[in-house]
Amino acid sequence: MNDNSTCGIAAWPPAPGPWPPTSRHPQPGAITESEYLKFAGQAGELRMDRKPGTSRRNLLRACLAGALSGRAAVQGKSKVVISRDPLLSPPAPGPRPPAPDSNRLLKVLDRAMQSVYDCDSPVEAWKRIARPGEVVGLKVNCLAGRGASTNPILVEAICERLQQAGIPQKNIVIWDRLNSDLERAGFQVASRKDRIRCIGNDASGYETDLAIHGSVGSLISTTLTRTCDAVINLPVLKDHGIVGVTMALKNLFGAIHNPNKYHVNAGDPYVADVNMLAPIRQKVRLTICEAIAPQYEGGPSYMPQWSWPFNGVLVSRDPVALDYTGWQIIEQKRAEKGMPSLRDAKREPAYIARAADAQHRLGTNDPKLIEKVEI
Amino acid sequence: MDRRAFLKTATLPCLAACAAESAVAKPAGNDAQFTREALFYEKLPYKKIKCKLCPRECVIDDWERGYCGVRENRGGIYYTLVHSRVCAAHVDPIEKKPFFHFAPGTMAFSIATAGCNVNCKMCQNWEISQSRPEQVENTYLPPRNVAALARQYNCFSIAYTYSEPVVFCEYVLDAAEAGRAAGVKSAVVSGGYIQEEPLKQMCRRVDAIKVDLKAFSEKFYQEVVNGELKPVLNTLVTIRKQGTWSEIVYLVVPTLNDSDQEFRGLARWVKSELGPDVPLHFSQFHPEYLLKNLPLTPVPTLERAKAICDAEGLHYVYIGNVPGHPAESTYCPKCRRVVVERAGFAVRAVHLNRGKCQFCQQAIPGVWDGLLHL
Repeated sequence: MNDNSTCGIAAWPPAPGPWPPTSRHPQPGAITESEYLKFAGQAGELRMDRKPGTSRRNLLRACLAGALSGRAAVQGKSKVVISRDPLLSPPAPGPRPPAPDSNRLLKVLDRAMQSVYDCDSPVEAWKRIARPGEVVGLKVNCLAGRGASTNPILVEAICERLQQAGIPQKNIVIWDRLNSDLERAGFQVASRKDRIRCIGNDASGYETDLAIHGSVGSLISTTLTRTCDAVINLPVLKDHGIVGVTMALKNLFGAIHNPNKYHVNAGDPYVADVNMLAPIRQKVRLTICEAIAPQYEGGPSYMPQWSWPFNGVLVSRDPVALDYTGWQIIEQKRAEKGMPSLRDAKREPAYIARAADAQHRLGTNDPKLIEKVEI
Repeated sequence: MDRRAFLKTATLPCLAACAAESAVAKPAGNDAQFTREALFYEKLPYKKIKCKLCPRECVIDDWERGYCGVRENRGGIYYTLVHSRVCAAHVDPIEKKPFFHFAPGTMAFSIATAGCNVNCKMCQNWEISQSRPEQVENTYLPPRNVAALARQYNCFSIAYTYSEPVVFCEYVLDAAEAGRAAGVKSAVVSGGYIQEEPLKQMCRRVDAIKVDLKAFSEKFYQEVVNGELKPVLNTLVTIRKQGTWSEIVYLVVPTLNDSDQEFRGLARWVKSELGPDVPLHFSQFHPEYLLKNLPLTPVPTLERAKAICDAEGLHYVYIGNVPGHPAESTYCPKCRRVVVERAGFAVRAVHLNRGKCQFCQQAIPGVWDGLLHL
């Protein structure tokens, strides 16, 4: 698939109105912790069967996905919700990664989701993300191993809520670049199609036709192009030694085969261009940025001496607004610690502004157009 | 069949044959057998490293890779992931590289691994050069097997080509040494984007280096290659000083690097810095990868480039990728007679005697030992 596809493109400002749920489905059995551990242990054959190429149904599906795209912020302002709980994660002694309380994390997540979607119940909010029958991909960020990767406990909470919202286990896929990255971050690869899958692009493969936009020409993960109908982006709030910060936009480098080519010039314009590739632009509907113990220096590797207990998540349907907000949090912390700004460190994340410009329109980086909600 | 299709179809049987014939070959799939500590890097605090192989000097965090995609920081130690990890292997005429003054008419056992340290928008082999090693099919082919296979297939040389040998530098050095011990020469086909120290080590081990000079402007290098011109020019000078045989290829891309001014600047720089005897090949561009919107280079454009360089005093200016063109042959700069007659990749006649023109005894620079194989 290349970027010339015109179906279902969600520009920003968005098409009005998110998908309204038309019926209330009974909550399916929520996944329990033990079930989660079971699915995580289902390692086996990793290569997935490929779906057929673009059919009429796939085309319609893609169009619908575009209309539902999470890139769409509400008309007017983009809401970024920062949900925190000071008791979420007790300070970890020594260099060990934090271990958040799963119940508290679920509540932090629920509050954020209800605020983003303006719903009375968390399940209602989750129903806004995907229709029953759609396959939902959870794009985690696992390169840095435990401590600086998406926390599996957060992913567990998301899986639980998705199931309660009518998305069965078989329609949930946790994915990142490599199986080995997933495992180092605490996940276990699992490919049984009747359970939650957890798979790296190295096992699922890439498309063979280049997707091209601007400065970027890449092969895209088939997990994104063929398996998933919708994607929830699950980055981590952290500093990045080359591109400044890594959150929503940068995490989609994990969807392409050649991310190493696009770190030059602090990722500008490459990060923005990667996010313009049609499958990414059309399918990513929400970003939940894990900020339990973010890192203000030394990223993307785990450097506990530069992390601090933020104990929260950032959630938004506008990835640019989320990145801008997260960047300011990191800058504030750097200033508190007497560290130079990222501009002075010669790695200002200019790609965030690029993503908001008239050629990309992936969201807004204008603070006046960002509604920051702290709960 | 285009070059890419040929690579795809022709590579695998050859690799299968290699594996079958090798007593020590191991099946691909185990990373450990391809992993060696890199030779050129610097350790930094907090398990970071700085790569010192190419001018890019990537600073790389733990578990991250450099721009080339084939070198990885693991716990503060930098590793190449492509030692003996061959993704393409063929027996090619040396003219295909192209080398015209290096053992014409001989065959080269040609190998590549995945990866490249630039990202040319016109790359013909982007499917391997712009991929990571785990994204392509590979076969384990250790250096001594490379040398043995080259001999087995009556190859005068081993050619490191198709992708970018700079990024598999350690493998080149080891395979060249094994080749030399077995009486097989080594020829490198590179973009020349490399630091001086690894280049000097390469010059000590290999017998010829062909440099793809992508353009004679920094603008082109920045916008089309994602690299820099100056380090490549430095590479050409260093190779010359080291005494390693070198040739230059310039792929003429319509509208992007085909001005008279650029050709003239190139010719003058080559003549003053390298001398008039360095062969310069102007090759026809074929629309590929990210430049499919441009047409084939018109043959008159190539002829214009040659005419400008001839007029500036270069002795050996060729036109490539245009089979049957008279400028494929080598002419004696003194008597103007044909000394090596070519048609495509085939050598039809050689009129050289111990490296001298048979007609006027003018010395023709090059490596001519391989003529014994004709």
